[in-house]
Amino acid sequence: MRSGHQGETKEPFEAVVQAQGATVLRVCRAVLGLHDADDAWSETFLAALQAYPALAPEANLEAWLVTIAHRKCIDHLRARGRRAVPVDQPPEQVSLLGIPGDRQAELLDAVGKLPPKQRQVVAFHYLAGFPYSDIAALVGGTPEAARRAGADGVKSLRALLAPASAMARSSVKVDMP
Amino acid sequence: MTSEPVDETPESLPDDAQVASLLEPLDVGIELALASLQARLARDAQLMHTLDIAYRVVDSPLGSLLLAATDRGIMRVAFERENHQDVLQGLADSVSPRILHAPARLDAAARELDEYFSGTRRQFDLTLDLRLSRGFRLSVLRHLPKIAYGHTESYAQVAQAAGSPNAVRAVGTACATNPLPVIVPCHRVVKSDGSYGGYLGGTEAKHTLLALEAAA
Repeated sequence: MRSGHQGETKEPFEAVVQAQGATVLRVCRAVLGLHDADDAWSETFLAALQAYPALAPEANLEAWLVTIAHRKCIDHLRARGRRAVPVDQPPEQVSLLGIPGDRQAELLDAVGKLPPKQRQVVAFHYLAGFPYSDIAALVGGTPEAARRAGADGVKSLRALLAPASAMARSSVKVDMP
Repeated sequence: MTSEPVDETPESLPDDAQVASLLEPLDVGIELALASLQARLARDAQLMHTLDIAYRVVDSPLGSLLLAATDRGIMRVAFERENHQDVLQGLADSVSPRILHAPARLDAAARELDEYFSGTRRQFDLTLDLRLSRGFRLSVLRHLPKIAYGHTESYAQVAQAAGSPNAVRAVGTACATNPLPVIVPCHRVVKSDGSYGGYLGGTEAKHTLLALEAAA
C-alpha cells in the first residue's frame, strides 16, 4: 500500500490507522493490559496525526507508530507507579483483566506478572516484528540483553500458562517426542 | 505432510510461530475495540483541531458519494467513478494528509443531500470551502448557485455572468472540475442547443438531477 506512492506524497492518515491500528493495539495490550491499552492507543494515534505532515515520506510507519506507542505506554507505567502510594481508593488492578476465566484474561494476567522490560521486548519483537537491535535502541541496553529479556519473558509466560495450555492441548492432536 | 519439528531445548530461542500462537488471545475483541477507538480518535482530533479533513460516504440515487470537509466547510463531493481512494489521495497531496473517516462533521451535508434527492430541498444551506478552485473557475462556481432550482443556463450565459463572455470553453472546464458537484449545481449548465453536455458524474447522472428538479 505504501509503495504505491512515492516521493513527496503521503497517504491519507485514515489509511495509516487502518493498516497499523491492530498492531499498535496488540503492543499496548501486551504492555499495559486491556483498559490502559485503549488510552495509550488513542494517545499514540492523536500524537501521530499531529506529527504526520512533518514525517519523512519514506519513513517506516510501523516503526514510527510503535515508537510513539512505547513512549505513551511508559507514561502509563509511570502513572501506575505514582498511583502505588497509599491513597483513598485502591489501585486499579482490574485493568489487567478481561472477562474472568477466559484465555485472554489468563494471558494478560501472565503478561502482567513479567517485569515491564520483558513485557516490552516480547511485545516489540513478537507483535511488532522489531529486530533486537532496534528494541535495544528503544528500551536501552544491548541487543543481546534485549534478546535475553525476550527469551526470559517467553519462558516465564509458558510456565505461567502451562496448566491452561495443558488443558487446551488435551483437545488437539500433538506428537509428543 | 511434514513431521513435527523436534522440540528445542528450553534454553534455546523461542520459535516465532509458537510465541505468536501463545500471544493470540490478545486479539480477542480487537475488531470491536478498534472500531470504537477509531470513532474516539475522530472525536478527539476534531476537538484538538488536528483533523484537517473529515470524510464520509453516503448513498444517493447517483451511487455512493464521498463527502469531505475542512473546519471551514464542505470542500469536496466525489462520484464513485472518480474513485474515492484517488480523490482522498489527491486531497492528501494538495491540502493535507491529516484525513480521517469522521462522519459527524458531515452530518448537515448528508442530511441536506438526502432532502435534496427526495425532492424536499431546493437549495443548500451549507458553508462551502472553495479552496480547491481559483481564478475564473472560482468565479464560475460562485455564479452557479444563482441558477434557480429546476432552471438551466447555457455555457455562454454562464461565461457572460462570470464576467468573460468569450470564455465559453473555460466554463465547460470549470464545470468539469467542479469540486462540489450537486451542491454547486453545475448540472444546471447545458449546451445552447438544449442538449445536456458533459458531466463529471456521467451524462446519465446529469439527466437524473435535471429530471428530479423538473418533477419536484
